[in-house]
Amino acid sequence: MLDLWVGLFVCAGIGALLVLALKVGNMSGFSVADTYKVYAEFDNVGGLKPRAPVKSAGVVVGRVSEVSFDNESFRARVTLHVDKRYKFPKDSSASILTSGLLGEQYIGMDGGGDEQMLKEGDRLLITQSAVVLEKIIGQFLYGKAAETGTEEAK
Amino acid sequence: MFNRSAIVNVRSIGRHTVNGLWRLGYASRFFALILLQSGTSFRRLRLIIRELYFTGVLSLIIILVSGLFVGMVLGLQGYQTLQTYGSESALGVLVALSLVRELGPVVSALLFASRAGSAMTAEIGLMKATEQLSAMEMMAVDPIARVVAPRFWAGVISMPLLAAMFSAMGVFGGYLVGVVLIGVDEGSFWSQMQNAVDFREDIVNGVIKSFVFGVAVTWIALFEGYDAPPTAEGVSGATTRTVVTSSLAILGLDFVLTALMFRGV
Repeated sequence: MLDLWVGLFVCAGIGALLVLALKVGNMSGFSVADTYKVYAEFDNVGGLKPRAPVKSAGVVVGRVSEVSFDNESFRARVTLHVDKRYKFPKDSSASILTSGLLGEQYIGMDGGGDEQMLKEGDRLLITQSAVVLEKIIGQFLYGKAAETGTEEAK
Repeated sequence: MFNRSAIVNVRSIGRHTVNGLWRLGYASRFFALILLQSGTSFRRLRLIIRELYFTGVLSLIIILVSGLFVGMVLGLQGYQTLQTYGSESALGVLVALSLVRELGPVVSALLFASRAGSAMTAEIGLMKATEQLSAMEMMAVDPIARVVAPRFWAGVISMPLLAAMFSAMGVFGGYLVGVVLIGVDEGSFWSQMQNAVDFREDIVNGVIKSFVFGVAVTWIALFEGYDAPPTAEGVSGATTRTVVTSSLAILGLDFVLTALMFRGV
């Protein structure tokens, strides 16, 4: 009788761990085996963090594995792990987008037209940096000031 | 120059420090002995299974019920706050992350310390007071191998399982309040949760935490019982010390482990 209860207890515990792994966590995510590495350089990554999703057409196709600084080009170097099931042309572009107005940042990939597909270790050439809110506001204010300046000159 | 009472006070500080160090050394030796003798207790698995019943199965009800309520409270409180920012859909993330990372391991370890740890101390303390341990030694049975090590491993095995059940139950409680009662969108509740909770970063780290807590709590409980003065008073004092010391150890270790694991990459 004791054994039965202990067996049930251990099963329930392992079951709870499985529930946590499958239902709560993203165990069904990508493991190292079935992905390929792609690099992309950005002028500004904003708040992009490792483990951020890589999406194409809204579908999660991979994850950011590393964000580092390149000492030679003075740009941010982002390593992406893309699922092997998804193929992208060599001239695909990567841009840093934000989900919602204040949500998490992720990388959006748009397929290009090249015949050759991206391979392990390739670099994405066309990139678009994160939108920095302060810069946009600054540009807007400068533009506004310049406008009023020219109007007054007339 | 100094009056007598000042000298007595200074002396007592020194005595307490030396006593504490002495006990810590004894406890470490005791821990090493448990590990040395655990081979014997693994060969007699029935002993561990028996203790698993007393420490694990009997703690199940309190763990499940408190997990459910903690999750439900998290759902209510989280909703109140998130609603003001218009991001109720992040409720699942809040509930799951706080449970898996912190509340699951910590609260279940605190409950475990007061439910199973105190029982362990009282049992072993009483065995010592009634000279059952000495009797075993007389029969050339090592009390550490026969009595202490099985309890230690039962505690270490059941703690992560209990914490996992606490977290799972808590997520269910959060789901009940958030989705069923308040009406947060079910799809975004689960999908945002799954996006934010990482298996290795969050769940495995939570399991590691509860494993460490399991080792600490059972070690403290067994040592206090083994070291208790063989009187009724001594056993009751040891039981109190078990709960107090292991609660403090859990919270202190939790800070250290959190600082090591989640440094906010």
